[in-house]
Amino acid sequence: MSLLVAQDLGIAFGGVVAVDGVSFSAAPGQVLSIIGPNGAGKTTLFNLVSGLYRARRGRVTLNGEDVTGAQPQVLAAKGLSRTFQNLQVFGRMTACENVMAGRHLRERRSLAADLFRLPAVRRQNRETRAAAEELLAFVRLGERGDTPAGALPYGALKRLEIARALAPEPKALLLDEPAAGCNAVETTEIDRLIRAVADRGVAVVLVEHDMKLVMKISDRILVLDGGRPLAEGTPAEVRANPDVIRAYLGPQHGREAAHA
Amino acid sequence: MAEFLQFLFSGLTVGAVYAMVALGFTLIYNASDVVNFAQGEFVMIGGMVTVFAAAAGLPLPLAAVLAVLIAVAVGLLLHALAIEPARGASAVTLIIITIGASIFLRGVAQVLFDRQAHGLPAFSGDAPIRFMGAAVLPQSLWVLGGAVATFLLLYLFLDRTLLGKAVLATAANRLAARLVGINTRTVMALAFGASAAIGAVAGILITPITLTSYDAGTLLALKGFAAAMLGGMGSPFGAVLGGLLLGLFESFSAGYVSSTYKDAVAFVTILLVLFAMPSGLLGRRAVERV
Amino acid sequence: MQMRAVLASRFFSLFVLAAMIGLLPLAFPSGYYFRVAALVWISALAAIGLNILMGQAGQVSLGHAGFFGIGAYAVAIGPAHLGVPPWAALVLGAALSGILALVIGKPVLRLRGHYLAIATLGLGVLVAIVLTNESRWTGGPDGMPVQRLVLFGWRVAGAETWYWVSGAVLLLGTWLALNLTDTPTGRALRALHDSEVAARVVGIDVAAYKLRAFVIAAVYASVAGSLLALMNSFITPDQAGFLHSVELVTMVVVGGLGSVLGAIVGAAVLVTLPQLLTVFREYEHLVLGLLIMLFMIFLREGIVPSLRAIFAARLRTRAAG
Repeated sequence: MSLLVAQDLGIAFGGVVAVDGVSFSAAPGQVLSIIGPNGAGKTTLFNLVSGLYRARRGRVTLNGEDVTGAQPQVLAAKGLSRTFQNLQVFGRMTACENVMAGRHLRERRSLAADLFRLPAVRRQNRETRAAAEELLAFVRLGERGDTPAGALPYGALKRLEIARALAPEPKALLLDEPAAGCNAVETTEIDRLIRAVADRGVAVVLVEHDMKLVMKISDRILVLDGGRPLAEGTPAEVRANPDVIRAYLGPQHGREAAHA
Repeated sequence: MAEFLQFLFSGLTVGAVYAMVALGFTLIYNASDVVNFAQGEFVMIGGMVTVFAAAAGLPLPLAAVLAVLIAVAVGLLLHALAIEPARGASAVTLIIITIGASIFLRGVAQVLFDRQAHGLPAFSGDAPIRFMGAAVLPQSLWVLGGAVATFLLLYLFLDRTLLGKAVLATAANRLAARLVGINTRTVMALAFGASAAIGAVAGILITPITLTSYDAGTLLALKGFAAAMLGGMGSPFGAVLGGLLLGLFESFSAGYVSSTYKDAVAFVTILLVLFAMPSGLLGRRAVERV
Repeated sequence: MQMRAVLASRFFSLFVLAAMIGLLPLAFPSGYYFRVAALVWISALAAIGLNILMGQAGQVSLGHAGFFGIGAYAVAIGPAHLGVPPWAALVLGAALSGILALVIGKPVLRLRGHYLAIATLGLGVLVAIVLTNESRWTGGPDGMPVQRLVLFGWRVAGAETWYWVSGAVLLLGTWLALNLTDTPTGRALRALHDSEVAARVVGIDVAAYKLRAFVIAAVYASVAGSLLALMNSFITPDQAGFLHSVELVTMVVVGGLGSVLGAIVGAAVLVTLPQLLTVFREYEHLVLGLLIMLFMIFLREGIVPSLRAIFAARLRTRAAG
């Protein structure tokens, strides 16, 4: 059963076709990875699915409901969440506040109640804070809750984004290069996190360059090249696909293939 | 028809001044991302210095040249003393700095000169030229001619000279310009100097028609800013187009509707245009990259 | 560490303000000082509101004096032409400002950066132009007198009385603004300030929250305008003009964007400086412009955040040593 389905998505920027006829489906509890060389359209695909860009053609359904062209905040309310390749943390807020902001949809929101800071608001604030701290502990940032996000190191910010993306309790999560720029220890940490998230029943869609991570963690892999789908299958199938090897890993198999 | 022509000419005359102010905004904005609210003060300096130098006995052409030189000096000083030290500040901070500079320059003018309104004799007399039933002041032709000459000079400078290309390169991508060896600081100073010169020329040309005073720059700056935005911030052609359009709107609405709300026309126009086209008429639409 | 938490808490800010309002009069040699201080409280009220829009939500408004002017003229026109009592006119003015902000904010707040600046600027200038031109209602450029405020038979008049009234309203305004910071609304505003895309992706309706901040800021400015008109018993369109909008923005930035206490300090600086400068009379503009530039160049973060940073560094070295 698929939770998040993209059908035949396409978009062009000033005549340059960035994504062309891409389809995928992500199931709860599974990790779908999207790989491809730089410029293959992976991030653009994420921006289409998460409502930041308007698709020129194609359809997106979430939980069976057509959500094509819906605004990001509407998609979020329906259970879609994501992280960003080039970090989009709330730099002037603390780590904990970042995740608390992520709980927005789970909070009762009333401007009047907020202005007067009614007891209900204070109670809810405590609950939100507790939930945020739990998520911070989950991504191993439990000690850094009061640090301004702008002062956190890169690897920590990557995990903070994951915590914030999990805060709305999404059914589907798009992760855009969560391990980029991370060292080996941090990558192992991200690996563990993604597996744990999927085990909670979330449909995870992952864009990642680290082939070792992708091959290890993915249930299925979709390969893009030049904005078009090149291959799809299990890690073993993709690894054995001659098209993939030729187009993406290079004719001599390349370094990354050897690693994988 | 005569009435229409009359409004057309007065609209073009005022519009040419707005266009020159808007062009000054655009030059500085392109070179440095600064929105210079002291732009109107350059116009004021042009007019006031000419008036007082002429009153002191200098021949009008010399007084005008002196006014332009002083405006350029003020522009360069503004860049060196107020903008350069605040490099890296937020857009709002920079806007407030230039507004502070505008208040400061107004204060200096008030002390150095006075608080009265002053005029200049028209350059080629006051006898109106009859044209298909409309009366055109010779000074209007001076304003239009001066504006066209300014635009042409600027165009030739940007298009034909190496320095002009450096300005365009800086506007397109500051980092890349620096990487290929362009001294972007010089380019920015140049933009401030050129903007000041353009503003001063506008001030000298328009003073015989509209008079000038120490605080004449404020409304001109606001309308010039509106004109630059109307055309689309950063586009020199947009600035000229926006300025002329604003001048025409003002003139026609004052002529056919009512002159009570003449000053409101510019702001109503800019609001309506921005609601329909959030990046101005000729502005580039940005795609958000994440 | 604990000391820093205390410094940042909202009770600390409220306490400092209340103490200041309560104790300052002990140092006042004459009624004139009450008047200047009341002017500071009133401007601070407008600045605090604007700070919610600029400091928290990160949206600039170069036309906020327009709302200030609407509030001011509401208490002038309401009693004079429509027979509305002044206190009701204040409430109506605030409601009108809020509604105008709601209606016009929708298209305006879609704009960004300099486009937002020019749109809000245009809005403010338009209000000032209308107030200047509709002289049958507003007295035109010369302004109009304002009836005294009477509350339950108590005639609110005199510098000292207005000092306490405006001080009380400022305390209320500060309390509300401080309340907002650490709530879903406050977090949504600060989040969209730092990254609009990320805010949208976690489900924050960015447009709706910007609009809320705009309306709140408009209502604050309107109430402040009403208070000023009632205190001065007179009002001119200058209060709605571009220069006053710039002053309000400068208060927020000089004090420190995002800091409620900063907005009050900024208001104090911008209100008292011209009072001191009247000695120089014709040099007033010159010195004011110069000071604004110097503040912005050398105290870019604003007074309160700069002081906080210095103080925090002191505490650290002491803890280390």
